[in-house]
Amino acid sequence: MTDPIAYDAQPRRPAWGVRTPLRKSLSTRQPILVAPPPPLVCISLAQCPGAAARATVAPGQRVLCGEPIGEPTGAGRPRFHASISGQVTHVEARLVAGLGAPVPCVVILGDGTDQRWPGYPPDPGADGRSSGDLQAGLAAAGLLGLGGALFPTAHKVHTATGAPVLLLNGTECEAYISCDDALLRERAASVVAGGRLLLAALGGQRCIIAVKTDMPQARVALYNALQACGDPRVVMSVVTAKYPAGGERQLIELVLGREVPAGGHPADVGVLCQNVATAAAAADFFLRGQPLISRLVTVSGGGVARPCNIEARIGTPVSDLMALAGGYQREPRRLIMGGPMMGVALPSDDLAITGATSCLIAATDADLGPAAEEMPCIRCGDCIEACPASLLPQELLVAARTVNAAELATLGVTECIECGACDYVCPSHIPLTRHFIRAKAALAST
Amino acid sequence: MRFATDLPPQWHATVSVGGMMRTVLYALVPALLAHVWFYGAGILLNSGIALLAALATEAACLRLGGKPTAPDLFDGSALVTAVLFAFCLPPLCPWWVTVIGMVFGIGVAKHAYGGLGYNIFNPAMAGYVLVLVSFPEAMALWPAPDIGDLDYLRPDLAATLHYCLLGSLPDGLTIDAVARATTLDSAKEGLGLMRTMDEIRTRPGFGDFGGAGWEWVNNCIAIGGFVLLLRSVIRWHTPAAVLGGLLTMATLAWLLDPNTHPSPGFHLFSGGAMLGAFFIATDPVSSPTTARGRLIYGAGIGILTYVIRTFGSYADGVAFAVLLMNVTVPLLERWTRPRVYGRAG
Ligand code: SF4
Ligand code: SF4
Repeated sequence: MTDPIAYDAQPRRPAWGVRTPLRKSLSTRQPILVAPPPPLVCISLAQCPGAAARATVAPGQRVLCGEPIGEPTGAGRPRFHASISGQVTHVEARLVAGLGAPVPCVVILGDGTDQRWPGYPPDPGADGRSSGDLQAGLAAAGLLGLGGALFPTAHKVHTATGAPVLLLNGTECEAYISCDDALLRERAASVVAGGRLLLAALGGQRCIIAVKTDMPQARVALYNALQACGDPRVVMSVVTAKYPAGGERQLIELVLGREVPAGGHPADVGVLCQNVATAAAAADFFLRGQPLISRLVTVSGGGVARPCNIEARIGTPVSDLMALAGGYQREPRRLIMGGPMMGVALPSDDLAITGATSCLIAATDADLGPAAEEMPCIRCGDCIEACPASLLPQELLVAARTVNAAELATLGVTECIECGACDYVCPSHIPLTRHFIRAKAALAST
Repeated sequence: MRFATDLPPQWHATVSVGGMMRTVLYALVPALLAHVWFYGAGILLNSGIALLAALATEAACLRLGGKPTAPDLFDGSALVTAVLFAFCLPPLCPWWVTVIGMVFGIGVAKHAYGGLGYNIFNPAMAGYVLVLVSFPEAMALWPAPDIGDLDYLRPDLAATLHYCLLGSLPDGLTIDAVARATTLDSAKEGLGLMRTMDEIRTRPGFGDFGGAGWEWVNNCIAIGGFVLLLRSVIRWHTPAAVLGGLLTMATLAWLLDPNTHPSPGFHLFSGGAMLGAFFIATDPVSSPTTARGRLIYGAGIGILTYVIRTFGSYADGVAFAVLLMNVTVPLLERWTRPRVYGRAG
């Protein structure tokens, strides 16, 4: 290693994966837009998988920005906070972006003052605290994995305690999404500070921040931040811009050359993975006393007038963010939350965003390309080349269609990460991924 | 505002079966032109007849199977099968031979097994082998290439058409005047008569490596093959293994005794080696899907081609080798399954 800051000088080249159009520069031409507190938020108390939090506020009650409104119902569950100051109007089940069924929500009508709750004083000496103290702090902050999985950070750190490597994922391999890129460009110091705090909470030895070859500005900003920080435990690694290089297991393979065993966790190979945005949120909590009340959202696509990255309060309706980005144009065909590969199509823009909303794409026909008719599998093998889990999608398809549970298990459907790469390249336009998602669910329920 | 929804992934690469087939056809254009240059318009005539027969058979089979005809009929796969089949036929070929080959290739080898994607055998090769064993004399009639060889007359379009429609040449032309054995046939026959390769190669029709003229068609086929590689329609494994397998066998034998064994270059540039390596063995449906499977499959075709050319009763062995290896594909696929990520051994 010639360069102490670069963990690995050579970008790693995955054998699997697909190259898609990236279209990130659509939304990175402007600096991050900090949205004013919205007039109304609807905060889901069930953002992460598992039981919902219990509401601790009642309609009519006044809350301050950052005040706890939902307490965990079990160990390892997160706490939720009001993202604006105002009055609680409803505590009820509602639909939010990205989930098919209504979930318990707290609706707050803003008072426009954005008055902060004083309960979390900043703690400039946080990186000297014990791992247990810091983990308790992460739990109090209600931190969730902001890469999209929304797994409670405190719990994830706790179960991996002692893993030597903290891998911060800033690779963002899906097209259109640029919020991590924007974060690194403008707030790299925050990411580095948060990385050191998470490393201390984990009790690890080294923090590797992974970025991609196609983010030159972010890499420079991160490099400078690392130099300014001067902590030799924190380094940067660059991986090839290929989808799905940013998947947890895939990134561990590319950066560290380690293979997470099937059914296992990254901790089994001594790694904890966190998103760069989660690290920045940790820094926001310990150093500024701000719990998880906002996140960066990329608003992009040919269907929106001024694509950009917005720092938005959690619970903001999608339509507010669309308006901030200049409103719709050219009749978007789909409204996608997340990337075009794994993202979900939203039925309406009056749903509220959650911590999982990394990106909103108002996608036109030009964005998505023409729809085509499904043909029989011609056994071209392109899906095999694309699959990051070394599966045989065309054989899985046969097993899924004939509901052959034994064959599905042998072929490894449980290792499918539902990335959609096989679908994307299939010349016969077979919707492979949805067959596998269904088959996995069926296998899990038996 | 409300939006329509769909399950992920929300977009798709701009690839399609039709697009792949179109690329295959474009890649064959240089070889088609070379073919016309050296052998006249016969191949165009045969392609046209083969295409009509292929489409008619496909439409009939789809209708019999109760499937909608429109998308499957025009996916381009029948067109590719027809043109590849026409590449195997001699330019002088009676129409019924072409039709029988295509009816069998599309009707039996493709549709009796379930249609596009389900066939075990390569339809073009199945059709060709049927007519090869049924009409061996018709398959041996290659007109001399147009390379300034004055001993032979070149059949013009009228003569080609006459032969195609009626199965005989117009008055005043005899078969011997326009056609002769291919170089592979000559080599086989000559070696059978204990001649050395050097003696055999002095006969007219031999070029630098293989048959004069045919070498150029082969060069163009190889160019087309590289186009397919560059456009990611095929992967390198199969063609490399086919040519590697054939070359290895031919080189070993040739090093043992260059007098009684044709040179490796002759093997590569004669008969269907190039077409087989780049366009036939790479047919996705009838070949393995895994990289390792493709290497074994291709090597098998290369080796079997050599064995059949050398020891079999037919001059060329590509078509038989492909069909034989087609049978092994399900087995190869089982053997060469990649290790699932994260699982032990
Ligand atoms: S969706 Fe599953 S099968 Fe398809 S490429 Fe991704 S991991 Fe492989
Ligand atoms: S990419 Fe599609 S057509 Fe090709 S083997 Fe896979 S499923 Fe079949």
